[in-house]
Amino acid sequence: MSEKYCPPQEPSVPPSRGEKLLGRPGESLQKTTSMTMIQALRSAMDVMLERDDNVVVFGEDVGYFGGVFRCTEGLQKKFGSSRVFDTPISESGIVGVAVGMGAYGLRPVAEIQFADYVYPATDQIVSEAARLRYRSAGEFIAPITLRMPCGGGIYGGQTHSQSPEAYFTHVCGLRTVMPSNPYDAKGLLIASIENNDPVIFLEPKRLYNGPFDGHHDKPVVPWSQHPQGEVPEGYYTVPLEAAAVYRPGNELTVLTYGTMVFVAEAAAMESGIDAEIIDLRSLWPLDLDTIVNSVKKTGRCAVVHEATRSSGFGAELTALVQEHCFYHLEAPIERVAGWDTPYPHAQEWAYFPGPARVAEGFKRAMEK
Amino acid sequence: MSKNAPACTPLRLHVPEPTGRPGQHTDFSYLHVTPAGATRRPPVDTQPAAIGDLAFALVRVLDADGNAVGPWAPQITPERLRFGLRAMLKTRIFDARMLIAQRQKKISFYMQCLGEEAISVAHALALDEGDMCFPTYRQQGLLMAREVPLVELICQLLSNQRDPLKGRQLPVLYSVRKAGFFSISGNLATQVVQAVGWGMAAAIKGDTKIASAWIGDGSTAEADFHTALVFAHVYRAPVIINVVNNQWAISTFQAIAGGEGTTFAARGIGSGIASLRVDGNDFLAVYAASRWAAERARCNLGPTLIEWVTYRAGGHSTSDDPTKYRPADDWKNFPLGDPLERLKQHLINIGAWSEEEHQSVQKELEAEVAAALKEAESYGSLADGHVHSAAEMFEDVYEEMPEHLRRQRQELGV
Ligand SMILES: Cc1ncc(C[n+]2csc(CCOP(=O)(O)OP(=O)(O)O)c2C)c(N)n1
Ligand SMILES: [Mg+2]
Repeated sequence: MSEKYCPPQEPSVPPSRGEKLLGRPGESLQKTTSMTMIQALRSAMDVMLERDDNVVVFGEDVGYFGGVFRCTEGLQKKFGSSRVFDTPISESGIVGVAVGMGAYGLRPVAEIQFADYVYPATDQIVSEAARLRYRSAGEFIAPITLRMPCGGGIYGGQTHSQSPEAYFTHVCGLRTVMPSNPYDAKGLLIASIENNDPVIFLEPKRLYNGPFDGHHDKPVVPWSQHPQGEVPEGYYTVPLEAAAVYRPGNELTVLTYGTMVFVAEAAAMESGIDAEIIDLRSLWPLDLDTIVNSVKKTGRCAVVHEATRSSGFGAELTALVQEHCFYHLEAPIERVAGWDTPYPHAQEWAYFPGPARVAEGFKRAMEK
Repeated sequence: MSKNAPACTPLRLHVPEPTGRPGQHTDFSYLHVTPAGATRRPPVDTQPAAIGDLAFALVRVLDADGNAVGPWAPQITPERLRFGLRAMLKTRIFDARMLIAQRQKKISFYMQCLGEEAISVAHALALDEGDMCFPTYRQQGLLMAREVPLVELICQLLSNQRDPLKGRQLPVLYSVRKAGFFSISGNLATQVVQAVGWGMAAAIKGDTKIASAWIGDGSTAEADFHTALVFAHVYRAPVIINVVNNQWAISTFQAIAGGEGTTFAARGIGSGIASLRVDGNDFLAVYAASRWAAERARCNLGPTLIEWVTYRAGGHSTSDDPTKYRPADDWKNFPLGDPLERLKQHLINIGAWSEEEHQSVQKELEAEVAAALKEAESYGSLADGHVHSAAEMFEDVYEEMPEHLRRQRQELGV
């Protein structure tokens, strides 16, 4: 195993609300605005289309209409239809042309309408984009970003709810990223667009308009009420391969990402367990140092994801913790995940690993 | 600079645009509508290569006055036509009522086929019992023509305790094997090549049944569609490939799917498949072309691709607002009109229908749909939590439930 260990390069604590100016070394202070995740993603593409005329944005319904989730709304009008355009309904075509454009020197940002529809593009992603650099010894690269909404919680049934990250983390040469909030979404998307490797950029659609802690019967909380909904208007990046400690704690390390960050937070609060919740952000390659340091501190670990359990990404995380922290562990590592069934429509909340199920997992991790 | 470069302007990307956007008036001349009766009807055993012109023509039977004209005018009894009109009406009334139920939050999601009813209803009439359709989410007309009980369909839409699909699928993604209706996939285009496989199986077994596949204009861009054409041609599969060109794929105009300057029927020509382009809002033309294709399939003459030219009159789904990307009054200006009105006019012309009968049938069907909804609602809905039990979620993943799923079900405590 030769992953690059990259310590977090930015404060993992989000800018506090009310703090209107944000700066990082070498950059002037920036004005921030409250944004939903959709607005933050749009802002990232807007900034990059403006900064780099090699950036192009395309996908199904992405151009004139601005995407079924409106992430690209207004971009065609602003940048013209040769930089932001609609594509035929062909995911293999979308990724295939992205690879070709990347070989020419562009930086394509393609949208797959739902992650559930990425499978026709598998060959172009797995056999082509991921390996182009390797097989050409660096002569050709695929600097492409494939955005796709993932995850459930919207009654989307089995073809609008999947979390396919493990299919991608298994492929050498791909980067897989999943933000959990508007601030990270924008910074990670810009970092992904600038990165010269192909990036699978998974967007938890249940978080598009607000954080969601799994309590589906409670009113939706908008991002405007969350500190990480406060987003700089201009250019900034959140580095790849850097996890964030979303909630510091001492009793249990929780490794999670996407929607489950908030579910884990609710579970920690409801179970009274002082969990340290690590939002991985970059799933692969990942920030092992942050994970290892935390587990060594707490001695206990739970892995939480929405995707199905068996051979899920949690299996890799569990193995890594076992390899690197075995002598610090006081209990077996706990996994909480989606059941090993397709995502059902009507039984959504029995399927979704909500706060109660996650809290049960935390309690098991605290036993012994 | 390369010495081959001509002295012309720099390259530029062509991105097709529709001829009408919100606030404009669509110029439908791109459809190249020809008069009813003008297109020739070749014998069914014609070689595909000899009828390439039909992929660019338009098969039409009903003229502007509702009379059946030309070589494609089918042999069909007024009784069958009356049945067809009734099934179209039922489809439309059902759709309208389910849209309301969705707005009332009784149903989580719905997709109507407004304006496209003739295609699936007349096609169903042209098929035989036992033929298998591989539909998309816009062929509810097949179910109406095959008289599937409405309560059963609505229970699927409500995802309630009597949903035959146990709450697993989004509303509208029916599966009705007994009506020759294959399980609808949420993943576009996959069913077309599967239909070819079903047809190949029928041929392998020396059966007499044929398959009929459905796909939208937008989805023909998927590789599975093109693969289906190759397999269908190679094995001369007994299959009809129906491309429903309703001009739109969500917000995307059919030119983005490759319809600009050519037709979807023309996709068949390069594959060596007999291909027709047909007025999909003309019940008689749909019936006639479907019969022609079915006869070819049944006589081992191979596959037929049919492009049905129609218009998606409503939103893509209940999540869509089409006024954001196309003129609000587009359907009114669509040159092929309303399939229901056109068949009604024809039946009145031949003395097999009347305004009065229309009114009374409409009332009767509205009552039938309302009663079916009421009964289905009495079995619960997703909204009121009367759904299949969480325990059933673990069934049908495998034929026999493996140990790990048994454990997970226990962990859920159901
Ligand atoms: C593989 C795949 N990609 C994308 C989608 C999302 N999607 C659902 S319907 C649709 C448009 C289909 O348009 P068309 O084929 O013209 O059929 P219509 O809806 O007009 O009947 C799209 C893009 C999907 N369901 N499956
Ligand atoms: Mg369409």
